[in-house]
Amino acid sequence: MYKGGKIFASLIIFAALFTIPFFYNMGKVNAGPDVALNTAAIQQLPASEQQCVESPEFMRANHMQLLNQWREEAVRNGQTVYVNSQGKEFEISLQDTCLKCHATESASKPAVLNNPVSTTAGVSNPALNESPEFCASCHDYSAVKPQCWSCHFEPKEAAK
Amino acid sequence: MSINRRQFLRRAGMITALGLGSSFVISGFRKKEVAVAAEFATTPKGLQAKRWAMVVDMSKFKTEADINGVIEACHKLHNVPKFPNTKDEIKWIWEDDYHHTFAGGHNEYLDDHVLHSPFMVLCNHCENPPCVKACPTQATFQRPDGIVSMDYHRCIGCRFCMGACPFGARSFNFRDPRPFIEEVSAEYPTRTPGVVEKCNFCYERLADGLMPACVEKSNGGLIFGDLDDPDSEVRKIVSTKFTIRRKPELGTQPSVYYLVGGGEDA
Ligand code: SF4
Ligand code: SF4
Repeated sequence: MYKGGKIFASLIIFAALFTIPFFYNMGKVNAGPDVALNTAAIQQLPASEQQCVESPEFMRANHMQLLNQWREEAVRNGQTVYVNSQGKEFEISLQDTCLKCHATESASKPAVLNNPVSTTAGVSNPALNESPEFCASCHDYSAVKPQCWSCHFEPKEAAK
Repeated sequence: MSINRRQFLRRAGMITALGLGSSFVISGFRKKEVAVAAEFATTPKGLQAKRWAMVVDMSKFKTEADINGVIEACHKLHNVPKFPNTKDEIKWIWEDDYHHTFAGGHNEYLDDHVLHSPFMVLCNHCENPPCVKACPTQATFQRPDGIVSMDYHRCIGCRFCMGACPFGARSFNFRDPRPFIEEVSAEYPTRTPGVVEKCNFCYERLADGLMPACVEKSNGGLIFGDLDDPDSEVRKIVSTKFTIRRKPELGTQPSVYYLVGGGEDA
């Protein structure tokens, strides 16, 4: 092969450089997201209200589809009540139902305001609250940016 | 190990087929619909109708305060931004003159009072809405109760609906509205740049059993109800008094009626 030695040497160097991040991080455990499922806001609620609209396992896997269904039913079909698999009724509202438990008490915390998930350059009004910490904890970790907060707010009490 | 062109192409083809095939196998397994064992319902407190409609009683809009109060109530509640440049303006309900409101061949001997009255204008929630037909994503749609509503999540900002609406009832967010909202209302979400918005007959308030914000603020100047119900106030006014609608010749069948004769002498 013409100039075979040089080609193979360069290939090996390239492969080594390319895989450095993998080897560098090998064996190191990355701390998973710290999801607060037992916040003060949740503990204050009566026991019967502490359950999420569906089981945690279901919500972990399917909350995005559930949110889409909620949006579809409430906005397009005028169905504003969700009856869950246990027959319990919930008002369909991101702000008044989901965020009743999953809001942050720390809208002013720098960690939340500097959170890349919750702040988008140019989209800011000091009167508005940023992304609830609950969502950000996983979404930051997996670098999936939810777009809910570019329009929706935190619960009424927190927004004042 | 020299290979000829034909062999190279064949092997490359096989590898491509293998790659595509296996990616299909993997993603094919992952694509599962979630079945939620649940149902949806309407709230009992919500107001229901077959066809929501509004009557604007012109005799009740005399001063700037009457008009601005109504506009403020709506725009505050729905986080309608105030842009300094009128080209960016967003409006759900506003005031216009007779000529713009009822364009086309007016009677020049019309009573001065009518000609110079300020008219409240908003989306007419047409029974036969051209904006809905124009929307390629069904972001604009008609609800069974007649309200022409929008799903901002779906709007792609093509603005076909703005071109289709003969009443200029729609506004486009050329800029991020959030920094231009003076006083944020937590009752309704804001919008993002790139979506269209307009009056929604306060469907979110109707669902809570409340009348639209403008109606509540209007001291009887705006009357709201079910046109399909023979006992409703709007129906009684529309069927017994002289009302006009905007551009009826276009056949969109607006649901907003203007009571021009005034309450007393009609
Ligand atoms: S007034 Fe315009 S935006 Fe409203 S329903 Fe009629 S065509 Fe659509
Ligand atoms: S701008 Fe939005 S609402 Fe209007 S036609 Fe396009 S997608 Fe539909």
